[in-house]
Amino acid sequence: MNGDRFTPLQRLLHWVMALCILSMLFIGVGFASTVTPKYLPLVATHKTLGIAILVLALIRLAVRIRYGAPALPASLPEPMRLAAQLSHYALYALMIGMPLLGWGMMSAADYPVVLLGNIRLPRILPLNDTLHSVLWDAHYYLAFAFYAVILMHIAAALFHALVLRDGVFQSMAPEPARTKVAAAE
Amino acid sequence: MNRLSMKGMLGSFALIGAVVAVSAGAFAYTAGWLSPNRLTPAKLVAALAPPGGPALGHRRNHAKGICFTGEFDANSNGVELSRAQVFTRGQYPVLGRFNLGTADPDAPDSTVRIRGMGLQITTPDGDVWRSAMIDAPVFPVSTPEEFYGLLKALGSKDPDAVTNFAAAHPEFATFGGWAGKAPWTASYAEEPFNSLDAFTFTNAAGAEHAVRWSLLPQAQVIPITQSDLARLGPNYLEQEIAERVAKAPQRWTMVLTVADPGDQTSDPSKAWPTNRRTVTAGTLVVQRIEQERDGPCRDINFDPTILPRGISVSDDPFPAARSAAYARSYNLRTAEASDYPYHVKTASGAQQ
Repeated sequence: MNGDRFTPLQRLLHWVMALCILSMLFIGVGFASTVTPKYLPLVATHKTLGIAILVLALIRLAVRIRYGAPALPASLPEPMRLAAQLSHYALYALMIGMPLLGWGMMSAADYPVVLLGNIRLPRILPLNDTLHSVLWDAHYYLAFAFYAVILMHIAAALFHALVLRDGVFQSMAPEPARTKVAAAE
Repeated sequence: MNRLSMKGMLGSFALIGAVVAVSAGAFAYTAGWLSPNRLTPAKLVAALAPPGGPALGHRRNHAKGICFTGEFDANSNGVELSRAQVFTRGQYPVLGRFNLGTADPDAPDSTVRIRGMGLQITTPDGDVWRSAMIDAPVFPVSTPEEFYGLLKALGSKDPDAVTNFAAAHPEFATFGGWAGKAPWTASYAEEPFNSLDAFTFTNAAGAEHAVRWSLLPQAQVIPITQSDLARLGPNYLEQEIAERVAKAPQRWTMVLTVADPGDQTSDPSKAWPTNRRTVTAGTLVVQRIEQERDGPCRDINFDPTILPRGISVSDDPFPAARSAAYARSYNLRTAEASDYPYHVKTASGAQQ
């Protein structure tokens, strides 16, 4: 593995996807609660962002396998280390799984999958009401789980940045590598 | 590593807590949980339910219906208005559903004023055009919010609720006049079906027109009184259309009505002047009737915003609201599949 930070490509992917996924989750709960004309562009944006996230997540997974991640500080207690690992597995699973669940539930309802720009995707499952229902439930409830995991992720990142100050936040911080942090603060 | 003072540590935890709390609050607000007055798809669909609750497993409105298949025979006249392949000369497969505008799948035919047609036309380029039309010439109200108000009035225990609603919504009079005076028929084949909503048609040159469409019956229309229809039996319409189509395919002419520049396109409760230009785009041919329970239309959501390239929504607010509500209805009923009567219901005492 490299030094104490993620590679610039990994950091770029992280922050672009952070923006996409947060937009995605807000658009999702937003369109589901409105009958106004903005419902349609929100749904179209949701599907488009979802496919974009799926593609980015697969790229990111490949990059992660290729370049790895900086080691967590040795000072980190074991429960926190475990929580960090599990939450990252969960985030990868959700980044890849949620778009597939959405695409699958659309397919199982025989809805044409049309993205912004009139891009049409093939259906990935046959019409089946039970399948649609199971996938829809999974997509719906996992969306809230996804947001909860993201909130924990943000809380943990801020905890590292503000309280522990152990370099974990810096490893994924958006700014380019600084010359060594000033000794005293 | 820099050490934090106790005060700095508390401040940090307070900041983290605040970030999480504000983020959770923003999410809850977006989801509508903090806005009880927001008209959500769930509220709109719930307002359709009869007093005894919805019929599980069924569409939440237009619950009584029967499937059909056939083709749309396009004559290419529509090409001047839309680049959609469905208007180029040819025959395209059709899947549809005749239905009654009621939340009760067992409602007797003569008790339901509004009849509808769900229609799907698919073309070789992969595009799908779905619509849900009714026989009324206009929609009762101007906006989805007013439709919700109408549903609340219809479900109200106050006997004057609907009268009061009509008095407060003068546009309701056009629909009310049709409902009161228009003749009934004893066949789906004798009904016109209207899009009501205006859609934007875009042709190959990029020119846009606001269009409403109608499917006009080629069968002779034979008026019947409501009481005579009642005497024919509670499910006469489905028996009749099955028998009629078994004898011969039934046809409707698709007429596209084009708005003049300046015509309003956002209010389906107001018809356009009768002298607006029309284009006859082709013929719907219904060739086969199938019972809904085993038929190909049962699990189809006739969402009117599923449109081919060359047709898009206009400033009419209803298609978006209908899309949101239909999706809600679809999600509910597909989750209730075990409640859907896949086999003919055996009425108590009746022979099966």
